[in-house]
Amino acid sequence: MAILKIPVSQSDHVRGPAHAPITLVEYGDYECPHCGLAYPIVNQVELSFSGRMRFVFRHFPLSEVHPHAEIAAESAEFAGAAGMFWDMHDALFENQSRLSVATIFMIGAGLGLPQAAMRHALETGQYKDKVRSDFMGGIRSGVNGTPAFFINGLRHDGPYDYASLVSGIQMRLAAEANS
Amino acid sequence: MSSILAAGTRAPNFTLRVTPDQNLTLSDLRGKPVILAFYPADWSPVCGDQVTLYNEILPEFHKHGAELLGISVDGVWCHAAFARDRHLHFPLLSDFEPKGEVARKYRAYRASEGVCERALFVLDRQGTIAWSYCSPIAVNPGADGILDALEKLSNQADAHGHLENTSLAK
Repeated sequence: MAILKIPVSQSDHVRGPAHAPITLVEYGDYECPHCGLAYPIVNQVELSFSGRMRFVFRHFPLSEVHPHAEIAAESAEFAGAAGMFWDMHDALFENQSRLSVATIFMIGAGLGLPQAAMRHALETGQYKDKVRSDFMGGIRSGVNGTPAFFINGLRHDGPYDYASLVSGIQMRLAAEANS
Repeated sequence: MSSILAAGTRAPNFTLRVTPDQNLTLSDLRGKPVILAFYPADWSPVCGDQVTLYNEILPEFHKHGAELLGISVDGVWCHAAFARDRHLHFPLLSDFEPKGEVARKYRAYRASEGVCERALFVLDRQGTIAWSYCSPIAVNPGADGILDALEKLSNQADAHGHLENTSLAK
């Protein structure tokens, strides 16, 4: 069973209580349709385990097949530097069907992010290394496509519909309680 | 499950079509680590696709001075269309005629279905298999095993003072 090799740290984007008994890590790509399908499901799972779960999103852009995936990931990092990672993250997935450079800048403007600074950060690749480091960490943990989920450090190998993710989490908790 | 050629075995040499008018011979790559990725077929679904994944990691393979070769029984024109569609930056070899002959030499052929196994081989600079892995046919094996094997090779080369300049380039 694949293990998450890069532990959750300061450099991650985390939503939910720091000491939650459940940590769900997703490796995802803002332009991947499967990640788009998983997006509302993950939100639902977060609601179900509200107060007991933290969610971590790491970038795994497949740029050669998804031309806007990298710039979307870097934009999320740019927003993150202003404390708005999750706002950007949500908006990117909610606008996935019309993802383009123009859409990304529109979302940025909507969030009140400084446009000139955003353009500069994307043009100079200010967050390229951060995105690449997420990607390579994923490779090391055996991520072979997106979305890839890890529940408390172990890969969830089943499907990512609501019932499967919830039962994956419950089984993990039960296994930990018994060990 | 058939067992593919194991570490320590000399990698069988071959010459295969890489484009409609070009061949590639394995022994021409002697001096570099080589990754052979046998896979069942072009055009499998995008997001979980092995070939797409390796295309993204190519720079990491190149850091070790390694060459990646994809091999399937698809014909050269099929490969050409697939490579163009997925923006692939590494060669796809066509084990097309006699069908699967090279895959058979590596014991990575599924005769019942007439396709290659999803099998990975990392060859050292002298052309000996340093690591091999056969994945269940429907499971994309990812790249962590390849990177571990390449790192070991680089460390060994380092210890012997044979490290090529290419592998130092960042």
